[in-house]
Amino acid sequence: MTKDFDIFDILIGKENDKDYKKKSVIIQGITGSYGSTHTRLMKAYGTNIVAGVTPGKEGQNFEGIPVYNSVAKAVKASGARISGVFVPANFFLDAAKEALDNGIKLLVAIPEHIPIKDSIRVLEYAQMQGAKIIGPNTPGVIVPEIMKVGIMPAQPFKAGNTVVLSRSGTLMYEVSYILTRAGYGQKLCLGIGGDPINGTNLIEAFNMVRYRQDIESIVIVGEIGGDSEEQLADYLIKTKFFKPAVAYIAGRSAPKEKRMGHAGAIIYGNYGSAESKVTNFAKADVPVAKRPSDIPELLAEKLRK
Amino acid sequence: MRLLEYQGKELFDQYGIRIPRAYLAYNTDEGKEAAARLGYPVVLKSQLTVGGRGKAGAILKCKTEFEMVPKFDELIHKEIKGELPRGILVEEIVDLKKELYMSLFLNRSKRCYSLISSAEGGVEIENVENKIIIDIPINGLSSQIAEDAARKLGLTGNTIVAFTDFTMKLSNLVNEKEAELAEINPTGILGDGSLIALDAKVIIDDNAMFRHPELKKYEQISELQAQAEKSGFSLVELDGDIAIIGNGAGLVMSTLDMVSDTGGRAGSFLDFGGRATTETIYEALKVISKIKRIDAILVNLFGGIVKTNLVAQAILEAYKNKIIDVPLFARISGAESEKAKEILKGSQAKLYDTVDEAIHAVVKEVSKERN
Repeated sequence: MTKDFDIFDILIGKENDKDYKKKSVIIQGITGSYGSTHTRLMKAYGTNIVAGVTPGKEGQNFEGIPVYNSVAKAVKASGARISGVFVPANFFLDAAKEALDNGIKLLVAIPEHIPIKDSIRVLEYAQMQGAKIIGPNTPGVIVPEIMKVGIMPAQPFKAGNTVVLSRSGTLMYEVSYILTRAGYGQKLCLGIGGDPINGTNLIEAFNMVRYRQDIESIVIVGEIGGDSEEQLADYLIKTKFFKPAVAYIAGRSAPKEKRMGHAGAIIYGNYGSAESKVTNFAKADVPVAKRPSDIPELLAEKLRK
Repeated sequence: MRLLEYQGKELFDQYGIRIPRAYLAYNTDEGKEAAARLGYPVVLKSQLTVGGRGKAGAILKCKTEFEMVPKFDELIHKEIKGELPRGILVEEIVDLKKELYMSLFLNRSKRCYSLISSAEGGVEIENVENKIIIDIPINGLSSQIAEDAARKLGLTGNTIVAFTDFTMKLSNLVNEKEAELAEINPTGILGDGSLIALDAKVIIDDNAMFRHPELKKYEQISELQAQAEKSGFSLVELDGDIAIIGNGAGLVMSTLDMVSDTGGRAGSFLDFGGRATTETIYEALKVISKIKRIDAILVNLFGGIVKTNLVAQAILEAYKNKIIDVPLFARISGAESEKAKEILKGSQAKLYDTVDEAIHAVVKEVSKERN
């Protein structure tokens, strides 16, 4: 079996790499209010942001980071393989294609409200180019105490050996913070995004980390809508994943056929219901916490076994 | 956006998908006129976005005008699952040879569109065993794929051609109008082997609406929803008495669940998104204040970037300007939370360190009010 895309290779690299823990990242939409705020925060956290892209603003610099008109120029000047996209939803399709055409291998798509058709097209395009998309509508990805590409605050996260995979943003912060306070630091926290179409779905996110020796456990933060939790549960059984895994599912009390904030958080009939997800996780021997604050206890129990 | 049946059928008609003759009526006079034009018998179909209309008695057949008038009157005033109809579709009754189920939907796990069809129409597809599911390439359904589906369904003769034509048109509609779902249940097969859409459940991708000004006319949102949307909030009105506000859909859903576990009932779900500022919290309280039955407000805010003392100031301001007058219980994690507590001292708002404490307090408060 071939090893899946190793996200750590791309985000921080290997110890012998010259740019270990200093991988180059570009920001598309760097001069916008959202893009600029978070560029500042990412840089302060340790992310090596080498260039920004905003059409029409070439020649400017944002706090020492050069701004280019195109991804082609930004990549040529920096050699970056990672891009954080902060452009408005209606520019996303073009921005993403441009990035993928110019050598970006990991695209972190922050914007919300991307049309489904655009997400599907970008995903297909990425597959052709051998690239990965995280998001859209994601808080991004963080390797605690090393780097982050996204909009998450720094405080909830601490370096450690667990992995948090989440469909929700703030809930990822909340759960990570609860884990941090209980003494479970994180190797990686990744938001797959709240949309119906995820560039990286739960199974793929799991595949990005499942081979790593240095990962002790996995925490899955799911929510109503779709069946990615069910699919992951099946996959855990199929691949005989034996490391401790616990889950949390938001939206048990949500009414049917109502979109609960996220475009993807909607139940049709039994499809997408919390019960279905909880039942499937139970089959995979993954306990589901009733509330976020119960997660550390369930994890501790799993780790003891 | 979920379209009403008649709206979905208007789209079908534009794409050459055959639909029964019908007129939309808002009162009995219009109903009588519509039925007279169609000729009896007719069927009256309440225009609602909720499912299960047949079982709920929102679809009634009428043989004569004598029968039609009281039925029309009943339907137009009949609330189903909390929703009043937006008109009654008066439709001809067509003779069918057979009914099929058909839908084109966004297959989330496969990340593509799929066609699902079954030779058993008119029933809920979840309960059907013999159904075929076929994935559709990104550029739309091909006639070869559609024909294969028709054969698998056991269709024969010119019905295969009709089925292919029908599904290709539906695929064009889904592709061009950016629908998440187009379900026709039942799809009727007429005596001559051709197909007709007897119902329409079409959901348009909300995020694609900016590319579809032609569909804007179908949008109907309450003033409250409009206000929420304008501020960039997601609002779902529920039937309890505790308004729940927070930043992030997952976090607010999680809060809803915990309130429900503690015995409380949520009256609203309001997610004000990732960018929590003093203005957003103030705006959120303004939106909440328009909901009638609310007895208390629960705020669950995971800070980080926002300063809690500024949020506290916004809450105080909302009381001062009489935007809100019910007690507010909040958990606001983040910097300066001691200062925030100090600011809110003596007001109707109380700050807690954990969400569990805030939830227990708010549930206790509303049960006190109920008694």
